[in-house]
Amino acid sequence: MSGLFSESAWMMVWNYRDTFILGFINTLETSIAAIILSLTLGIVIGLMAMSTSKVLRTINRVYVEFIQNTPLLLQICVLYYALAFSGYKLGILITGIISLGVYHGAYMAEVFRAGIGAISKGQFEAADSQGFSYIGKMYYIILPQSIKIILPPSVNQIVNLIKNTAVLYIIGGSDLISLTYNFVTGATTGGAYAPAYLVCGALFFLICFPLSTLASIWESNLKKKDGMGAAKEKKVAEI
Amino acid sequence: MIKLDHINKYFGDAHVLKDINLEVKEGEKLVIIGPSGSGKSTTVRCMNFLEEPTSGHVYIDGREITGKNKTKVVRDTTSMVFQQFNLYPHMTVLKNLTLAPIKLHGKSKEQAEDLAYHYLDVVGLRDKATVYPNTLSGGQQQRIAIARALCAQSKIILFDEPTSALDPETIQEVLDVMVKLAKEENITMVVVTHEMGFARQVADRVVFMADGQIIEEGTPEHFFVNPKNDRVKKFLSKIIR
Repeated sequence: MSGLFSESAWMMVWNYRDTFILGFINTLETSIAAIILSLTLGIVIGLMAMSTSKVLRTINRVYVEFIQNTPLLLQICVLYYALAFSGYKLGILITGIISLGVYHGAYMAEVFRAGIGAISKGQFEAADSQGFSYIGKMYYIILPQSIKIILPPSVNQIVNLIKNTAVLYIIGGSDLISLTYNFVTGATTGGAYAPAYLVCGALFFLICFPLSTLASIWESNLKKKDGMGAAKEKKVAEI
Repeated sequence: MIKLDHINKYFGDAHVLKDINLEVKEGEKLVIIGPSGSGKSTTVRCMNFLEEPTSGHVYIDGREITGKNKTKVVRDTTSMVFQQFNLYPHMTVLKNLTLAPIKLHGKSKEQAEDLAYHYLDVVGLRDKATVYPNTLSGGQQQRIAIARALCAQSKIILFDEPTSALDPETIQEVLDVMVKLAKEENITMVVVTHEMGFARQVADRVVFMADGQIIEEGTPEHFFVNPKNDRVKKFLSKIIR
């Protein structure tokens, strides 16, 4: 094989395109499930930080600090190998979903905590004084106001999560990164490094770039709605 | 209608309410005055459990309010108007007014909007229904907040220094609305304020608080003519112009 970007290398990647598509789909599936888990954990654990109960606040701190201050790779190894030795086999996919979800859940929790913490105390009190339940208060009054603050960093976390599916390689995953690596090092398929990595990167870009773009559009729309939009109305009112 | 029974409240080591006993009758207009830090806001906030008393009992409309049932009791009986208005900035005025009636009081959207427009008329801001709160002046926001409180059709409305955050020129428009309510609606009103003119116009009774205690109570006339306590005299001489 001659040259990094030789025609034969590209042909090789093309012939094995199903491998890349499969990896892409696996990465997407794992990511979506892990995102749902991380958002759920993020909301629940994030809200615990604002609780009046000391126990809940402690759970929040322990979870966030423990997860954020140990490597994801270690967490996934513990979940997969250590549990396997003690007789519980979760399977690669489930292990991936749980470890990514739990890991990014800790970051999401901090994002939610900051977003909710930015809302003035008066908003909570107004809702309480009207007799809203905790859920109603959060759903109708607090979270809709926090969303602008929460959105950009949580999309960052989602993008990071998708890229972090790469750690599944250590437990023999069939995500995009693992399959790409297996492809370029494989006995029959090896060697086509440059095109394979390029394709792999392009596929990641294909998911992540639209996501972050969509988020920034959404964010500026939300800002417009009660920032500039309101200012416009004021102008009209003054005229 | 409201009964505070031996209420004590601590914030950390600070003893901010010292054995408060206070009863408010149905339809009564009670004004609470006193220097800042006297516990008057905390007293009124205990009435809807925004502050939970450290000890003592609060009864609203015959029911004891506790940490467990507060959401339901408050929903059924009381509304509050805050110093900082606390309108929901992400909703239009109309949504601010209809949210609780639709979500908490089982009204249809149509009923809630009829109610909202009715009370917008009462506060004279019908034309502001579709704007967002941050386009309004402080006085207008507070009138909307009063309309929001009225939309719950509670028997009790608590006012926590409703004019203290307002520009002097907008205070009167809010007071006018409150006087109108006091005279026309059979609502129990508890008002923490420094506006003695308002107290004189509508209050059935005035309570003076200092250092977490009720020092003196009586009719507004009593406070204007011959308050007994020196502390009260000194305070009133500063705020009555």
